[in-house]
Amino acid sequence: MGAGRYSALSLLRGALGGHRHWGRAWRAGEPRGPYDVIVIGGGGHGLATAYYLAKDHGIRRVAVIEKGWIGGGNTGRNTTIVRSNYRQPQLQRLLEYSLKLWHGLSDELNYNVMFSPRGALFLGHSDADMARLAERGDALIAMGIDADLIDRDAVARLVPLFDMGRDARWPIEGGLIQRRGGTARHDAVAWGFARAADNLGVDIIENCEVTGFLREGNRVTGVRTTRGDIAAGRTGICVAGNSGHVAGLAGLKLPIESHTLQAWVTEPVKPMIDTVVMSQTLHCYFSQSDKGGIVGGGDPDFFPSYAQRGAPIRLEDSIAQAISLVPALSRLRMVRSWAGVTDMSFDGSPIIGETPLDGLYLNGGWCYGGFKATPGSGRLYAHLLATGQSHPIAAPFDLARFAQGRTIDEAGAGPMPQNR
Amino acid sequence: MLLIPCPHCGPRIQEEFAYERSADSVVRLDDAPDVAMTALFSRANLRGEEAEIWVHAQGCGQWLRLTRDRMSHAIRSVEPL
Ligand SMILES: Cc1cc2nc3c(=O)[nH]c(=O)nc-3n(C[C@H](O)[C@H](O)[C@H](O)COP(=O)(O)OP(=O)(O)OC[C@H]3O[C@@H](n4cnc5c(N)ncnc54)[C@H](O)[C@@H]3O)c2cc1C
Repeated sequence: MGAGRYSALSLLRGALGGHRHWGRAWRAGEPRGPYDVIVIGGGGHGLATAYYLAKDHGIRRVAVIEKGWIGGGNTGRNTTIVRSNYRQPQLQRLLEYSLKLWHGLSDELNYNVMFSPRGALFLGHSDADMARLAERGDALIAMGIDADLIDRDAVARLVPLFDMGRDARWPIEGGLIQRRGGTARHDAVAWGFARAADNLGVDIIENCEVTGFLREGNRVTGVRTTRGDIAAGRTGICVAGNSGHVAGLAGLKLPIESHTLQAWVTEPVKPMIDTVVMSQTLHCYFSQSDKGGIVGGGDPDFFPSYAQRGAPIRLEDSIAQAISLVPALSRLRMVRSWAGVTDMSFDGSPIIGETPLDGLYLNGGWCYGGFKATPGSGRLYAHLLATGQSHPIAAPFDLARFAQGRTIDEAGAGPMPQNR
Repeated sequence: MLLIPCPHCGPRIQEEFAYERSADSVVRLDDAPDVAMTALFSRANLRGEEAEIWVHAQGCGQWLRLTRDRMSHAIRSVEPL
């Protein structure tokens, strides 16, 4: 199991030996059911779920079943923004729970997830924007979540490269910053959880696609996979953009539609933007990765797709807006763009709860914002899968809320995923 | 990017069109509450072909029924609604 505990000493020892002693960080798991719990999907959320099942609940017979390689889905495609400054109290509680876990995660996992609380800044472009940001900031502070409303000059000091001209395409009037927010290294999150879960005995089974469910009446008793049938006491779906497809294998229809979201990155340059910049008036956000590339994104493609490729027009929109905010970006070469399939729920909030089938649970509907929730989502889902009961923080996010009129609609957009 | 053959205007770029909903999820005024709830909130969301309702918003304004593969993006048929 890897090279034991990682430490400064193990690095030093590695240096002396030419770094040849590093072993695999987790075993290549083989199916050896029956399991107490099977988690379908080896993204950040699925791996975190498995880790907390073993760590918090002492459940060791756990398998993560991944159709490709771990972290190859949205975990490895997202723009890594971590924050908790949402509007709806239920989302504030959920994401603040997660943000607190981010702050100790590298120690918890003995793996550097490169969490970098460099601040997450929302820009205001008008008096109306500033009033809205002030209102949001007050609501956050009342919840005990940090929020600083800052003026034009403070924004200019934070990011000196902003076009602060009064005649700028999008004049900047101020902003709202969450200083405890920031970014993390996406792959490291998957790998860190995988290694820590493996150390606790979890089987991580890659190249194994779930193709159906084992059933006894209304009870799900395991999964059919490309590597054979595997039995389990409880089964948890955790497949992000494929939630609709996998739930469909069990005959369920969800309040979820799969849409494309794209992102882009420039060539690496010296530090030029040291905070996360977002504008909800525009549809554009960007930050600088530790490697130096400016990573950004914008709107989704607005229609259902599982294709993992998007239309250039959406990239053009967000890049044009980014350049209007920071004109110096126009001098950089774009090196790559890519797309992920996001599970757009019908109120914009995630679903963590039981399904109409016994023994089958769902964690999905994270839309374009689930990376920030990775440790919290995993821990709360583990609680559900271990006990059969929802943790109070996760309880409002059950599947039944749609039929019962308890939607948690941050954007106030109604059941139209293409409108958020 | 999709090239959508509008029955009225001919082939036009996707950007002129707006996706509305899957064709099996239209809510009718006289639907029973449970039928309306299902139409509002549950989707087959197939990783394959589905019929969808689109509108040629930046063109002729015609509502369309598009049958389209959500994996390959191939458009099988477009009919006026
Ligand atoms: C371009 C882009 C930018 C984003 N930016 C941000 C951001 O800045 N901040 C933020 O908080 N969120 C962001 N998100 C959203 C975030 O990435 C997702 O909400 C989150 O990663 C989803 O959870 P996950 O990590 O478990 O998903 P994934 O990593 O997608 O994991 C799901 C796994 O399930 C596997 N799977 C699917 N079907 C099967 C099957 N049948 N059998 C076995 N395995 C299967 C997949 O292969 C995949 O590995 C972004 C998303 C995209 C696409």
